[in-house]
Amino acid sequence: MDKNTKIKSDFLQGAADGIPIALGYLSVSFGFGIVAVSSGLSVMEAFLISLTNLTSAGQAQGVNIIAAQGTLLEMALVQFIINIRYALMALSLSQKLDKSFTLPRRLLAAYGITDEIFAVCSTKQGLLKPQYMYGIIAVSTLGWTAGTFAGAAAGEILPSQITAALGIVLYGMFLAIIIPPAKKEKGILAVILIAAALSFIAKYLLPDMPGGFVMIICALIAAVTCALIFPKEDDEQ
Amino acid sequence: MSIAAYIAVMAIVTYLIRMLPFAFFRKKIKSKFIKSMLYYVPYAVLSAMTIPAIFYSTGNFVTAAVGTIVALALAYYNKPLIVVALAAAGTALIIGMFF
Repeated sequence: MDKNTKIKSDFLQGAADGIPIALGYLSVSFGFGIVAVSSGLSVMEAFLISLTNLTSAGQAQGVNIIAAQGTLLEMALVQFIINIRYALMALSLSQKLDKSFTLPRRLLAAYGITDEIFAVCSTKQGLLKPQYMYGIIAVSTLGWTAGTFAGAAAGEILPSQITAALGIVLYGMFLAIIIPPAKKEKGILAVILIAAALSFIAKYLLPDMPGGFVMIICALIAAVTCALIFPKEDDEQ
Repeated sequence: MSIAAYIAVMAIVTYLIRMLPFAFFRKKIKSKFIKSMLYYVPYAVLSAMTIPAIFYSTGNFVTAAVGTIVALALAYYNKPLIVVALAAAGTALIIGMFF
């Protein structure tokens, strides 16, 4: 296979892996579009927020701050706390980048580090190619922005029973990512159970903490615990 | 405050959080502990994001719980991501007709 064909196939492979993410994003961003417009934003503004932010919790909270006419400092701090988990994901991904990932390519691909894209990229076998990430990011972004646009422009086209049921799509995908490896590795099973238990407890003990913040703390405690109890022996990742 | 200013702040803060570690961290981490931790982080993050949020994801605990059970079963048998995801939503939709 010549070089161009290889690059194309990396992109297409990424695009294919992006399809389930984009489908999940469609329903979530559709809901975001509806909420954004009902909070007083225009269709174009809602679309622009989705295109430039590509994140769910941060955007939802951002729209609340705009609606409440909060300060820009509050906006910056809230975005920082809700989205700080991406720094951890970016650091983790930086460890498995192919050597063709030059600085300009890193600057470009960094745009698309979301929970779902991170999940797929970080559990993929082997090193990450820029073209693979471009493919998955392009398709996912298309789903995210198209869903926002549709939700904002058309309001509630779908019956509410369908939009409600679609709310589970992304979580279903998460389970499909974490369950199969948990059957093979004790450490992964343990980290999943610990993180779930902590998150469950935190939800009821600390109901006022921002969700993104709670999530990163639960995940860190679980990951540190399992790194101590079940250290990885070799470089299989 | 103009809405454009809010959007700019959101976009810039969010991008910098993603970009700085991704673009400028070039060292290969040697510590076995850190490597192990980073290996477990994605599973921990996804688990903490899913539990307990999945039970609230459809606005109806019963439909969400049955959807979760279907998703867990299909995931256990290594079904593709999209199959698991849509089966969970389809189940929630059907159960929602009765509860």
